Amino acid sequence: MLEARDLAIRFRVAGGWLGARRQVHALDGVSLTLAAGEVVAVVGESGCGKTTLARALMRLTPPSAGRVLFQGEDLATLSGAGLEQFRREVQMVFQDPFASLNPRKTVLQAIAQPLRIHRLVPAAGRRAEAARLLDLVGLSPGDSFLDRYPHQFSGGQRQRICIARALAVRPAVIVADEAVSALDISIRAQILALLLRLRRELGLAYLFITHDLGVVRSLCDRVVVMYLGRVVEEGATEDIFRRPRHPYTTALMNASPVPDPVLARARAVAPLEGDPPSPVAPPSGCHFHPRCPVARPVCAAQAPALRDIAPGQRAACHFAEEAAAWPVLAHLMEENRT
Amino acid sequence: MSDPLLSVESLQTQIATDAGTVHAVDGVSLHVAAGEAVALVGESGCGKSMTALSIMRLLRPPARSVAGQVHFDGQDLLALDDAPMRRLRGDRLAMIFQDPMTFLNPLMRVEDQIVESLAMHRGLRPAEARPAAVAALRRVRVPAPEVVARYYPHQLSGGMRQRVLIAMAIACGPALLIADEPTTALDVTVQAQIMRLLAALRRELGSALLLITHDLGLVAEYCDRVYVMYAGQIVEEGEVTALFRAPRHPYTSALLAAALPLHRRVTDFAAIEGQPPSLLSPPPGCRFQPRCPRAFGRCAAPPPMVALGPGCTSRCWLHHPGAADA
Repeated sequence: MLEARDLAIRFRVAGGWLGARRQVHALDGVSLTLAAGEVVAVVGESGCGKTTLARALMRLTPPSAGRVLFQGEDLATLSGAGLEQFRREVQMVFQDPFASLNPRKTVLQAIAQPLRIHRLVPAAGRRAEAARLLDLVGLSPGDSFLDRYPHQFSGGQRQRICIARALAVRPAVIVADEAVSALDISIRAQILALLLRLRRELGLAYLFITHDLGVVRSLCDRVVVMYLGRVVEEGATEDIFRRPRHPYTTALMNASPVPDPVLARARAVAPLEGDPPSPVAPPSGCHFHPRCPVARPVCAAQAPALRDIAPGQRAACHFAEEAAAWPVLAHLMEENRT
Repeated sequence: MSDPLLSVESLQTQIATDAGTVHAVDGVSLHVAAGEAVALVGESGCGKSMTALSIMRLLRPPARSVAGQVHFDGQDLLALDDAPMRRLRGDRLAMIFQDPMTFLNPLMRVEDQIVESLAMHRGLRPAEARPAAVAALRRVRVPAPEVVARYYPHQLSGGMRQRVLIAMAIACGPALLIADEPTTALDVTVQAQIMRLLAALRRELGSALLLITHDLGLVAEYCDRVYVMYAGQIVEEGEVTALFRAPRHPYTSALLAAALPLHRRVTDFAAIEGQPPSLLSPPPGCRFQPRCPRAFGRCAAPPPMVALGPGCTSRCWLHHPGAADA
């Protein structure tokens, strides 16, 4: 459905010596596929390039190298009807529902606009269609919400409106960039339940950009882990959670809070040291080596390729075969295997 | 039980707005013993930060504590004059916040900010305070503290700024550290470092910790006791292990069910519908009742805090004697 091949995006930034401009490798050879009806997570910390990847997949940022394919066609050469179809079939939901709705437009105007632009519903039917969409996302009766403005809604309700607007054009893919990160726990659960139900009912594919591993485990079929512009590991969700093959994936899991006092206190693994490095001056070789608990000299010299480690699981680590010996939350992993 | 270090009784904090009075904190009682780690957990707008600011006397008008007591170290903080309160803050009682940049002066070097605090509370001259400032940075595991001491805040990463704020907070060895969402703005690997640091410092200094958070994972790992707050009120209090194993209040159960763990795949989302009530006009009776799956007739009246065992209480009619008859 949607595919990135060896995607690279470089930005020029100021800040060098005497105003010299430097390059940031926001994405560095990233490949990813999203099949129809599939839910794929892209996880990583700030600055890992996950939002840049989402923007490139949405054709909002042109790639410096590599390609993005939609149903096998290069986005860069797409035009006319093909481009219009892409813009209809691939929709995006953003993190901040306060910033992504125009405060001066009613809910009806927000939802009717894509219906009008894509000439999907004649003017006379748009109000009924917008009401149906609001009902679909759990704001019912939908008609009673149509004439209100965004400020009259809570964060969770606004995110529902954003989802209704994305659904208006009957997309096949929704790219959700931290779509539930700003929401409170109980509201987040509502939106996730809604997204799952919509997937079942409409056969949608999701690309979830997130840093929340709990959301990933319960919602996603496959996971792509990114660190500083590169994919370091990818595979089926359960495989990755049961047996991570990259030390960074392991560290992310070790660092994520577990809402279970017994498991949480049983962890004896020391957290990673240091901050995620700046993408302006990434470390040599494997970008993760300065923080990696199992790094060896070769890691600083040579960048490891992303390679098959187990069926359906790829990792970019020189020592991925030794993953079983790494300090993982032993307790937690045992729990997984039962 | 001996007198707790911090004891908050029936605290009422209100915000006067054009639309009416917001009952941000509505009769909150909690206590923290010396050396104890206590969590105050809840969702946005439940009043947990307002509770912390009320304790620290850092409320800004139009927010104001109108009733209740806050006893710390034998003193009633709400009745204290401004000058002794200022001396207490940053000394025996310290607080760290979610966004360190709001509380660091961008125009002052890191060491000068710590020195200022040491000069005020310990009466140290700058020459004596400088080594103490570097020692405070070393204590929060800042690498190369002599170098970082000369930096300005903008030269530091988010995690490093939070370390500096912690260094300032613990420089005088506080008896109680209030941490309001200290890691919410940080990446998860950095969050783990900061939380481990807070736990280690607590052991070294023997300080108590009041952790204000929305993250049940942090409560599970770092706290001994927990207060669950909803719509301005404490709805459940308990020992952490017991509360996670067997939550009593329906809101606590709902929160725990909604927290997706990474050690297990959850397939049925038990999402509670609706949203917290407005604190301008909270519903009469139980505030969770409009969303509660177990609500019944009696919930139309405000439920009392019902003691269910030592240190375990729940504000719910289900646990009240005779609930079954209603």
